[in-house]
Amino acid sequence: MKTLIIAEHDSQSLKGATLSAVTAATKLGAPVDVLVVGSSVAAAAAQAASVAGVDRVLTVEDSALEHSLAEFVAPIAKQLAGDYTHVILGASTFGKDLAPRVAALCGVNQLSEVIEVIDAETFKRPIYAGNAIATVKSSDALKVMTVRGTAFAAAETGGSAAVEAASVTVPAAKVRFVGAEVSESDRPELESADIVVSGGRGVGSKEDFAKVFELADKLGAAVGASRAAVDSGFVPNDMQVGQTGKMVAPKLYIAVGISGAIQHLAGMKESGTIVAINKDEEAPIFNIADYGLVGDLHDILPELVSKV
Amino acid sequence: MKALVAVKRVIDYNVKVRVKADNSDVDLANTKMSINPFCEIAVEEAVRLKEAGVVSEIVVVSIGDKSCQEQMRYAMALGADRGIQVEAEGKLNSLDVARILAKVNESENAEILLLGKQAIDSDNNQTGQMLAALLDVPQATFASEVKIADGKAQVTREVDGGLVTVEMDLPAVITTDLRLNEPRFAALPKIMQAKRKPLDVKTLADLGVELTNSVELISVETPAERSGGIKVDSVDALIDKLRNEAQVI
Repeated sequence: MKTLIIAEHDSQSLKGATLSAVTAATKLGAPVDVLVVGSSVAAAAAQAASVAGVDRVLTVEDSALEHSLAEFVAPIAKQLAGDYTHVILGASTFGKDLAPRVAALCGVNQLSEVIEVIDAETFKRPIYAGNAIATVKSSDALKVMTVRGTAFAAAETGGSAAVEAASVTVPAAKVRFVGAEVSESDRPELESADIVVSGGRGVGSKEDFAKVFELADKLGAAVGASRAAVDSGFVPNDMQVGQTGKMVAPKLYIAVGISGAIQHLAGMKESGTIVAINKDEEAPIFNIADYGLVGDLHDILPELVSKV
Repeated sequence: MKALVAVKRVIDYNVKVRVKADNSDVDLANTKMSINPFCEIAVEEAVRLKEAGVVSEIVVVSIGDKSCQEQMRYAMALGADRGIQVEAEGKLNSLDVARILAKVNESENAEILLLGKQAIDSDNNQTGQMLAALLDVPQATFASEVKIADGKAQVTREVDGGLVTVEMDLPAVITTDLRLNEPRFAALPKIMQAKRKPLDVKTLADLGVELTNSVELISVETPAERSGGIKVDSVDALIDKLRNEAQVI
């Protein structure tokens, strides 16, 4: 038994999802290798080598791999997969895009968003927007899976793995990177923040969302949103928390002007403490909130900002 | 050019599922079923490409028992031209679905293969990527904008941290995100017309596909319920609870 983790990185450092994947991998009790693919991999590979629990870091460096597109990375992973029983990726958009392509090339199924490792073949994962937890057993010789970051703590440093270049052929692909539009933010990353303040349709407008940002900044929190707030154009869609957005499990989640639809709850109900601020006392969010405050958020938010 | 759109019949997104008492699965008896919301967006995108003169024919495919014809007729009412139902019993894993779709496409040779990014029952988010791998064509997952010109697709994708745009040669697989479009409603005359559109039924044997079923469902449980909380009556009381009881700020 041996596990390969495909690292997600930005040339400088590994993404949090990859560190969670290492933790999930160590629960299998087998050696863990990390594959770092890109146009410039030295920094990310060095970081991977220093992660506790990692045995070996494999690198593939080529200018064609600059944007880590699945069409290039999946065939590389396939060339290496024969040495492994498990291939694990974080369940970020990178992992979700890549893992199924790797699995299909290897002729096996894939398990998505694993939240618990029971043994080397048996895993738990949420289905139906988190309203049911399935225990599944894979009989594939190679298990390819993505793991949910909020279910596994990030692996610590303290390792000293060897770094070596993998001997693989870099494939050609009929896809070209055109450009990226990155949302700028100085706030903590949504999926790893200790506190998240989220706004919904009830916030009212893009301008009024400033009150949500103000509270978040006062608390050192990340800012999230419901689908309604995104669709109304209050905030960009990469801030969406829910079944089709990001999964978060902070220590404190403050839901402001969010009714609490099934799809939103799927993304945040594992949070430590949940606070709901809503003027509708029948809103479903109050059914899962530890502390609820019924009232107008336009009055409550400024008062909160001034008092915390 | 031809567009192939895969649609799945799933529990309606507004229904709160119940886990069966014997923990064998969720209880789908007598629950409302609908077209998976992301599949509906895929059909809408195909119809818009047809209206723009890019696509000439839309073929909708669904895999399941006869009941999935209901969702295929719905897709036809939205504007799909014809349907192919692949007869199969029970739950299929994503790899088998991708293999079946790849087989169907052997005779269809579509340039654009549109799927939803995930089905809201299994929440897998795999089939489109697997289909692209099996066909050895590019994939654009989580699409929020699709432009087709000169035999190429330029697709903007929703990724963590923002948007990424890629250009791909056709054929290609595109999976839809929520922001891609707002699906239209099926008007009554269109629903009537859809009943007369061609719908072929194929079996797995016709396609020469054998199911693998390498992932076994052992059990299904209800997630741990959160214990009911309390309502506080003022901001001061809330801050006090958060500081002293929950100790989170």
